[in-house]
Amino acid sequence: MSLSQFIPFLPEIFLAVAGFAILLAGISLGKRGARGLSLLSLGSLAVTAILIWVVGRPVEGAHTILGGMLFVDTFAVYFKLLTMTASGIVLLMSAGYLERSDYSPGEFDALILFATLGMMIMASGANLVSLYVGLELMALSQYVLVGYFKLELKSNEGAVKYFVLGALSSGVLVYGISLLYGALGTLDLGAIRAALTASDTVNWTLNLGIILVGFGMLFKVAAVPFHVWTPDAYEGAPTPVTAFISVGPKAAAFAMFLRLFLGAFHPELAQWRIVMWIAAAATVIYGNIAALTQDNVKRMLAYSSIAHAGYALIGIVAGTAMGLWSVMVYMLIYTFMNLGAFGFVIMLETRGYAGERVGDYAGLAKRHPGAAAGMLIFMLSLAGIPPTAGFMGKLYVFSSAVQAGYIWLVVIAVVMSAVSLYYYFRIVVEMYLKDGDEDEPAPLVRDRWLDAMIGLCVFVTLFLGVYPAPVVGLAQSGVHALGLG
Amino acid sequence: MHIEHLLTFVTLGPAAGALILAFIPGRLEKVQRWAALLISLAEFALSCLLWANFNPDIAGFQLQTAKVPWIPQLGISYHLGIDGISLLLVMLTTLLMPVVIIASWRSISEHVKAFHISLLMLTTAMLGAFVSLDVFLFYVFWELMLIPMYFIIGVWGGPRRIYAAVKFFIYTMVGSVLMLVGILYLAYSNHLQTHVWSFAYSDLLKAGRQLQMGHSFFTSPQMLVFAAFALAFAIKVPMFPFHTWLPDAHTEAPTGGSIILAGVLLKLGTYGFLRYNRPMFPDAWHAFVPLILVLAVIGILYGAWVALVQPDMKKLVAYSSVSHLGFVMLGLAAGTIASTEGAVLQMVNHGLSTGALFLLVGVIYERRHTRMIADYGGIARVVPVYTGLFLLVTLSSIGLPGLNGFVGEFLILAGTWRRYPVAVIFAALGLIFGAIYMLWMVQRVFWNPFTHEENKSLKDINLREVLAVAPLVIFIVWIGVHPTTFLSPMEAAVRSLLMH
Repeated sequence: MSLSQFIPFLPEIFLAVAGFAILLAGISLGKRGARGLSLLSLGSLAVTAILIWVVGRPVEGAHTILGGMLFVDTFAVYFKLLTMTASGIVLLMSAGYLERSDYSPGEFDALILFATLGMMIMASGANLVSLYVGLELMALSQYVLVGYFKLELKSNEGAVKYFVLGALSSGVLVYGISLLYGALGTLDLGAIRAALTASDTVNWTLNLGIILVGFGMLFKVAAVPFHVWTPDAYEGAPTPVTAFISVGPKAAAFAMFLRLFLGAFHPELAQWRIVMWIAAAATVIYGNIAALTQDNVKRMLAYSSIAHAGYALIGIVAGTAMGLWSVMVYMLIYTFMNLGAFGFVIMLETRGYAGERVGDYAGLAKRHPGAAAGMLIFMLSLAGIPPTAGFMGKLYVFSSAVQAGYIWLVVIAVVMSAVSLYYYFRIVVEMYLKDGDEDEPAPLVRDRWLDAMIGLCVFVTLFLGVYPAPVVGLAQSGVHALGLG
Repeated sequence: MHIEHLLTFVTLGPAAGALILAFIPGRLEKVQRWAALLISLAEFALSCLLWANFNPDIAGFQLQTAKVPWIPQLGISYHLGIDGISLLLVMLTTLLMPVVIIASWRSISEHVKAFHISLLMLTTAMLGAFVSLDVFLFYVFWELMLIPMYFIIGVWGGPRRIYAAVKFFIYTMVGSVLMLVGILYLAYSNHLQTHVWSFAYSDLLKAGRQLQMGHSFFTSPQMLVFAAFALAFAIKVPMFPFHTWLPDAHTEAPTGGSIILAGVLLKLGTYGFLRYNRPMFPDAWHAFVPLILVLAVIGILYGAWVALVQPDMKKLVAYSSVSHLGFVMLGLAAGTIASTEGAVLQMVNHGLSTGALFLLVGVIYERRHTRMIADYGGIARVVPVYTGLFLLVTLSSIGLPGLNGFVGEFLILAGTWRRYPVAVIFAALGLIFGAIYMLWMVQRVFWNPFTHEENKSLKDINLREVLAVAPLVIFIVWIGVHPTTFLSPMEAAVRSLLMH
């Protein structure tokens, strides 16, 4: 193995080194320097992105590096850039938040970078082992991040729950992988696909393996019935961490999901589709219904993110090229709108856990019309109302399912998105239609970086709502990588 | 200005106006009002240009804009066009906008800028829904209507405004999401046959007609897609039994909001039935005609009976809408040329007379802050001009010959008689009840003994309010005296719609 083989792997190597450097820098800085470290981390993400562009650019066809461990293709680049953007936005959003907290920023930023590294490997893994390593790197960083506010009880509770259930799901995933290896004798995705295409007999060990891997993935994307960790982890985690785990890891998990189920396991589509159908329907129904009664905004957004995982699963059920790129587009749109909504929660959150109750939003439009308008756009987008990006995302996913003949699943999904209006608009009702407590109004954190990031999310949400064509083109170029149409 | 851009200007003009309005500083409320008024007047002038350039001999869509690809992956494009039916409704919309702005001149005193921005955005959405030639574009405009209307009810409405706004929002949303599935299914069946994605009205029209009928409702694609569209429109109309959001929304909305709601928004439901359900799913339509007839007649009678016992004038007018829209649905369901023309004309008529009624109720509400019939009585002596106008509009609403309501209702009933005489007999009962509840209200408010001393100081209608109601009155009389002006442009379009 020559050294030149590592050149396409340079972005990941660089990011790992940068992560350690920031960890060390953070130790020497202590609790100071949150903004500087954020910028530094953002800079290393930017350098990584440039490196991806320079060395990691895909060649024709499916191309693997490091002895078949990682793909270098447009699909991987799409998700790498998406997760890195999410991490970058979170880093800038969290700088001021960490400044106001009692906790040091060094480990926080480094953990975000390590999680990003894990997500990049998940997006490009060509072997079940490399995928699993990426997943675990991401997950371990997340467990720590959720429990980052170590003196807060809720933060600890969320982290422990997340860790125990996450470890269990990883076990299930590995068990599924071992069954697959037992049945096929290979862990390479390309070889698995070839073997599945070649065999036409039903192999129950194999199917069980696929289903167990599917369960592991459903856990990672927070789909019903593997969602129970979500509300507690989301509520307990520091809000920037909640923002992070609701988008980046979810996008990366969907990248792995797509790579496995629409790539390697695609020949067995008829076998696993029913499982995904049920999971998608249950997720959409449960997520939206459970969100209705939440008074805590973070918990509500947790259930909403469960529901959105359900919408994205519909594209996987479709199992077509359109299903694939529609999920890719959906993840991008979801990333921006959800980050924006959480950015807004950060804005309202003062020390402790104030600003999380729906009632805290009362009369906000009167006092802060700009901020309220931003939140309105995110709520509209999450509910899927034109002309916002959320509507376009749903349109593509639903179209793919209708095209594949899954009309009743789409009917369930659209009815549930009408239900979702109620809870998203509870916030709008508070902001616009109710009068707040004028004597003691909830304070609003003014942080330019946060404002800028929310502004960016508003812009993307509106722009993609009016003109989604370029992103779709980008996603469509990733379809060939998985060998679909 | 090239003529093919005219529709774009008309449709997107209000949105552009809203953008301009957004840059006027918040405290210059007078400037905002005048700016909004001028924009809406310019809109009306532009739509008169539409009227002038419209060729009534052409049945299909005319004054079409160029087809601009919007979402190329799914074959969705920006494409507008107009026929005789949508022309009338566009004119109605642009006529009502300045009326609403003048009517809200005093009554809206908070968040003046936001109110007018909502109003203008709403106008763009309504106009867009009338003139879209791409079904997806229609859906986007259709959904876009919800948000401004939600705020108009929720922010500037009455005491129970939040309940009414949320109810309005959820009701209409539930209806329209299923329509989205229907639209996607149509596009998919079109894709199956042509292997090209398209959401163009003309393509989906063909796709819809070719849908299988099947043996039962749940195995019949055409029936199911028909139902998905029909539910959205039936809620909007609103047809019995989907009408329960309407009294709440109407009663809680500010006067301006009620005028738009009654004047234009409800028409989108009936327009949808005529433009989509009827020509796209002809077989399903014929299967559903009996149901629509029955629901229309129930709506006519039920709306009238409930209106009869309302103590609140605004609620009375709101229930009268359920009854009047029942007539429109009756005319559409009967499907003869006369009844369909009558139905389209009645859409305009209802917009004019119910809009005027809401406006006039708003006028007196601003003075006394009560809408209860019992709080008035014998005020004809105190406010003679107002009484005269109210009476005129009432007579138009109950269909006095020589005014607009008569023409529409007569055409509907005469056209329906040839096919469904029993329905006409019941509907005619509704006419009688309509006269009873309206005239009884007028009697109790204006003529009964003068019982409330505080009404002595009531001021008569002022010049601004007369200016607001004047355009409506002009058209009420115009349509009544010379309906041909309004019937001839739509004749070709109605004929071609009914051919299939």
